[in-house]
Amino acid sequence: MLIRMSNPISFSSFISPTLQAISIHENEIESLDRAIGDGDHFINLKRGVTAIQSITHELDSLPNSQQAKSIGMKLLSSVGGASGPLFASFFLEFSKHYNDENSTLENFCQAFTEGVDAIKRRGKSDVGEKTMLDVLVPVAELIKLASLNKLDIIELSQQVITKSIECAESTKSMLPTKGRSTGLGDRAIGHMDPGAKSCQVIICEICNQIISRG
Amino acid sequence: MKKFINHADDFLEQSLSGLQSAHPELLQVHKDPFFVTRKNINPHKVQIISGGGSGHEPLHTGFIGHGMLDIACPGHIFTSPTPDQMIAAIDYCQPKNGVLMIVKNYSGDVMNFEMASEMIDTKNATILTNDDAAVINSSYTEGKRGVAGTLIVEKVVGSLAESGASLEECQQFGLHANNLCSSIGVALTSCTIPAAGKPTFDIENDQIEFGVGIHGEPGRRREAIREANLIVSDMVEAIFQDFRERDVKIGGNSEFLVVVNGFGATPLSELYLIFNSVTNILNEKQLNIGRSLVGNFTTALDMAGASVTLCLLDDAIRKHWDSSVYTPSLRWGI
Repeated sequence: MLIRMSNPISFSSFISPTLQAISIHENEIESLDRAIGDGDHFINLKRGVTAIQSITHELDSLPNSQQAKSIGMKLLSSVGGASGPLFASFFLEFSKHYNDENSTLENFCQAFTEGVDAIKRRGKSDVGEKTMLDVLVPVAELIKLASLNKLDIIELSQQVITKSIECAESTKSMLPTKGRSTGLGDRAIGHMDPGAKSCQVIICEICNQIISRG
Repeated sequence: MKKFINHADDFLEQSLSGLQSAHPELLQVHKDPFFVTRKNINPHKVQIISGGGSGHEPLHTGFIGHGMLDIACPGHIFTSPTPDQMIAAIDYCQPKNGVLMIVKNYSGDVMNFEMASEMIDTKNATILTNDDAAVINSSYTEGKRGVAGTLIVEKVVGSLAESGASLEECQQFGLHANNLCSSIGVALTSCTIPAAGKPTFDIENDQIEFGVGIHGEPGRRREAIREANLIVSDMVEAIFQDFRERDVKIGGNSEFLVVVNGFGATPLSELYLIFNSVTNILNEKQLNIGRSLVGNFTTALDMAGASVTLCLLDDAIRKHWDSSVYTPSLRWGI
């Protein structure tokens, strides 16, 4: 059941494209956060990714598991807010489970799922609460299914793009029960969750990079 | 946006430098990472640390000094500070008898302090303040937010810690004080985060946000502005409703500490008008105002609006509220 990913791509190569991708969506993410949050999500996210970009050269020389750890620590000290500890928990946990010697899709899937579970524990949250988990959990499940069905990485990336867009959209109709928008209650219905949106943007960009690099 | 600002990226650094220059005898601002400590550190008392997003000044940096906080960790505007700030600050102060973290119940603050708590070797305990009556507590919300009642908790716990009390005693007393506080806020305008450059929310000229949080996050309802007495009457009613729901017993002899807090852009004259209104309402209910505080203490940048906090006084809270305090923004009995 092990599918070896040919020449695993260095995680650091995704940093600049990610920064570009979130910058393109600045207005959208900001206006979502002003509508149902407190307007700082984009600023914090950009500060975090920019901080990671500043250490790209150090990351380049590290194996992916150590890159994930450094990224987690950098996010922890640069982002703040709720998204800082949540994103950091993902990468720190991911780094513990990612096996550089055996970088199969199955192992990536396990590390990704453990990372998402760390977000659930840190945020005491789960799917259906109008948060980033509404994108991350279904994507983790999709990757798991793909690793069982020996799906091709390109085809998987295409499916993840479709899934994450669909899931971010689905947060529009949800009543928030976690995060800053809970105070709004019913008034938050109709607005997409900004954290779900930013996760979708990042995931789609990484998938697009994988597809374009073949 | 029209603000006193040089560049959005330097805003926090320059503001903290000003705090340092204005109060060199009281505090020390540390940079990279940002944290503020007392000028004279006493590592043998329980170290009281708080922090949160900037933009609520004087909370928390303005409350550093004798009788109140030992450490404050300011985050970026409206953004929780990060664990490395807390860890560096605690490491600098070298506490011998533990650290008490006073954290407003916002998910970002809670998670960042929680991670710091897990990462330090020093004995520590936490008080989550959650005095905001606006949020109806249920399994569908994250719980009540910590707002202006936080400064009451910081004042009375700070006083107790000064007397040499243990970490456990300080935590218990803080939880007790938090339980006796209830607050509610009303916004007349939005506020603008310097780096965002635009108001956080849109609000029409004739509308108010009832139950607003201290970041401009929406509250219970949007409604038309009415005369002040009617708005304040609803505010006080929301607070008593909250006390009833939490089973805080209010009787004929009950005496309150009343805090009327401005959000940043409301003149003191209006805050006193609100205080007058609260006084009349409590008199009608034959309840007493034992202590009072009126001013801008837990702000939301340039938001116009105000909050009312009632804290039910008992002998211990009264004693520790009255005790001497010497900080940039609260100062008496010295």
